Amino acid sequence: MSNTAVANDHHDDAHHGPAKGLMRWVFTTNHKDIGTLYLVFALFMFIVGGAMAMIIRAELFQPGMQLVDPEFFNQMTTMHALVMIFGAVMPAFVGLANWMVPMMIGAPDMALPRMNNWSFWILPFAFTMLLSTLFMPSGGPAGGWTLYPPLSLQTGNSFAFVIFAIHMMGISSIMGAINIIATILNMRAPGMTLLRMPLFVWTWLITAFLLIAVMPVLAGAVTMLLTDRFFDTSFFNAAGGGDPVMFQHIFWFFGHPEVYIMILPAFGVISEIIPTFARKPLFGYSAMVYATASIAFLSFIVWAHHMFTVGMPLGGELFFMYATMIIAVPTGVKVFNWVSTMWRGSMTFETPMLFALAFVILFTIGGFSGLMLAIVPADFQYHDTYFVVAHFHYVLVTGAIFGIIAGAYYWLPKWTGNMYPERLGKIHFWWSTISVNVLFFPQHYLGLAGMPRRIPDYAVQFADYNMISSIGGFAFGLAQLLFVYIVWKTSRGGKKATAQVWEGAKGLEWTIASPAPYHTFEDPPVIDDSKLAHGDITH
Amino acid sequence: MKNQNIVVVVLAVLAGMLLTVWGMFAVGDNMPRGVTEFSREAYDLHMIILWICVVIGVLVFGAMFVSIILHRKSRGAEAAQFSHSTKAEITWTVIPILILVIMAIPATRVLILMETTAGYQMDIKITGYQWKWQYDYLDEGISFISSLDSASDAARQLDSGIDPTSVDNYLLEVDNPLVIPTDTKIRFLITAGDVIHSWWVPELGWKRDAIPGLINEAWTEVSEPGIYRGQCAELCGRDHGFMPVVVIAKPRAEYEQWVAQQKGLDITGYADTDGEVIPATGITSTVN
Repeated sequence: MSNTAVANDHHDDAHHGPAKGLMRWVFTTNHKDIGTLYLVFALFMFIVGGAMAMIIRAELFQPGMQLVDPEFFNQMTTMHALVMIFGAVMPAFVGLANWMVPMMIGAPDMALPRMNNWSFWILPFAFTMLLSTLFMPSGGPAGGWTLYPPLSLQTGNSFAFVIFAIHMMGISSIMGAINIIATILNMRAPGMTLLRMPLFVWTWLITAFLLIAVMPVLAGAVTMLLTDRFFDTSFFNAAGGGDPVMFQHIFWFFGHPEVYIMILPAFGVISEIIPTFARKPLFGYSAMVYATASIAFLSFIVWAHHMFTVGMPLGGELFFMYATMIIAVPTGVKVFNWVSTMWRGSMTFETPMLFALAFVILFTIGGFSGLMLAIVPADFQYHDTYFVVAHFHYVLVTGAIFGIIAGAYYWLPKWTGNMYPERLGKIHFWWSTISVNVLFFPQHYLGLAGMPRRIPDYAVQFADYNMISSIGGFAFGLAQLLFVYIVWKTSRGGKKATAQVWEGAKGLEWTIASPAPYHTFEDPPVIDDSKLAHGDITH
Repeated sequence: MKNQNIVVVVLAVLAGMLLTVWGMFAVGDNMPRGVTEFSREAYDLHMIILWICVVIGVLVFGAMFVSIILHRKSRGAEAAQFSHSTKAEITWTVIPILILVIMAIPATRVLILMETTAGYQMDIKITGYQWKWQYDYLDEGISFISSLDSASDAARQLDSGIDPTSVDNYLLEVDNPLVIPTDTKIRFLITAGDVIHSWWVPELGWKRDAIPGLINEAWTEVSEPGIYRGQCAELCGRDHGFMPVVVIAKPRAEYEQWVAQQKGLDITGYADTDGEVIPATGITSTVN
């Protein structure tokens, strides 16, 4: 294997550039091209899912039904979640991994480049199929992204397409995860020991294991739904000896690790950005690695906190409450370490740093409401209300998506060779950060005051906060169009970026030219400890 | 001197944030304290954990803001190069664990209270359907269906032209409310006939899923007479948003009177707590 690699290094076509035209993108096995495909696809899905959110917020703008039928509203909430989770957040992180992991560990490409091509190209077909259900006679899925039976089994024949689409997304994710693990474990440059790897690589290694562990569980759950729906089995039908609650246990055994699949890589991005702009090594590097691993382990034993109201025995409720509360400890370690990294640093506030700082504060607010949700007696009130909606949007929008946006600004100069327009970036930041809080903060109050989630209309006492929230939503949606413009403009041109790009940047990716050449690290780099992101490797 | 001023500014900003959060809760959009022992305990837990989070948030964000203001390159700050401190890391692992233990103790106590249905004095079976509730008084033999009242139902149609604010208790009114006696420990047996629903009245302090094929238990003991409103909390299809719950708690004597009426002695109607006569349509009653 290694002999072949060495032979290839000295082969002539190791230095060729990209193919021309559309076929470059269809047949590419280059990690940078595939990373770009993932990122562009994710951005497109982010706009599609965002458009659905706009429909939801428009209907909720005032009490009464003005725009859509309740059934279509339910299709929108369901599709918004599926598109954002499987179409936007997960592919965006896989795109970041494709671009950055080989460059951060000094590898020439991903370990399995052809599978890499396949794992991306499944996705557009999966989402075409998923979205096409909206135009089928029986309509799209309307039972929520959690697909709880028996409600989800009331979906028409389009249900088969939904499940097949989910299977394809799962296959894509598993292949992506295998590729990332194989790359990180086998392709590190000599001297890049595991505990010298950048935090982003670490978080993705752990995330990839989570993906391999739980995506098959989701596949099993939805396959049982498929046979219950079309082949008269009774896995989840009590009348036939099955159990509807069993689905929820299986689903959330997937679903909770899934939550961390969407946030751990963001932790990694933030752990790269803060040291760069604080010009100071990451505080507590090994604690960060162990905290990430602890969070990943705990994510497997807390699933039933999504189901406190299904009528579990007291012992079960206590176990899942305690286990959930414990997650606050490693998560707290991460937040304290980020703040300590800033402490006595020499900070500047370019757009990536601004998004990273907002991430730390707003993700922590989402963590606080998560801790509140862990308290079972209070959860009997919070559960399935807008308080939960506020909680997971703080974690996923100002957490995962702010992490992705921060990463995009941070690495765009490396990808395109051009600096993004800093002033527009800052406008995008302030506009997004203010509007996202106007959008989601009032939802805490709505939930506490008694507004259930997933309702198309509400009692009039909820009118004011809903209107505020909708205004915030429209503003936040507009701000993301500005982001699309900035990315497009930067890809077309702009101030030329240096190889280093950021004064305080450390790590192998900053030792290569901007834009990164089509092939990098064909000869393994020499690892210099002083260039590692966390500097001091004695810990 | 200048640094001190900045710290004062930071503290003022944080105090302002605290005041805003407190003010918004004080204005009234907070979890209701409710009318049962459990709901008050749940409220207290909610407020304790909320304030713990606020205090931790002020400390962490405060440190962060101080750092953002003082340790910036534009002020000529030189970056220190420390990268770990075992002492600090142990401290901020141990202190959160202690806080969590302190929080877990009352939470466990309240949870045990909620999960103890022993000693109940009457049973009511609640069955969720798409999109209405059925109530069976197992001891009295009273049974009826409770669904969204007609005024709300007319107003909630797409482009109905009816202003929701002109409808009393829009979406939170039913034709046949659940009537219960005060100061009585009532056990609810909760199930569903089609898909999963969730029966929730915030003033009682809990929600519990209604699951087809399973029977869940929950209990309440309401201390104050009154009308308490809630909604289905688990997505249950097209009209999930339109199956409210209304509970009328009456003193024992008035409740007995209501029961007698339901049993057919006087089926023409009954007075609700406002003295308004509610027609008994849709109520089927049988005499034991």
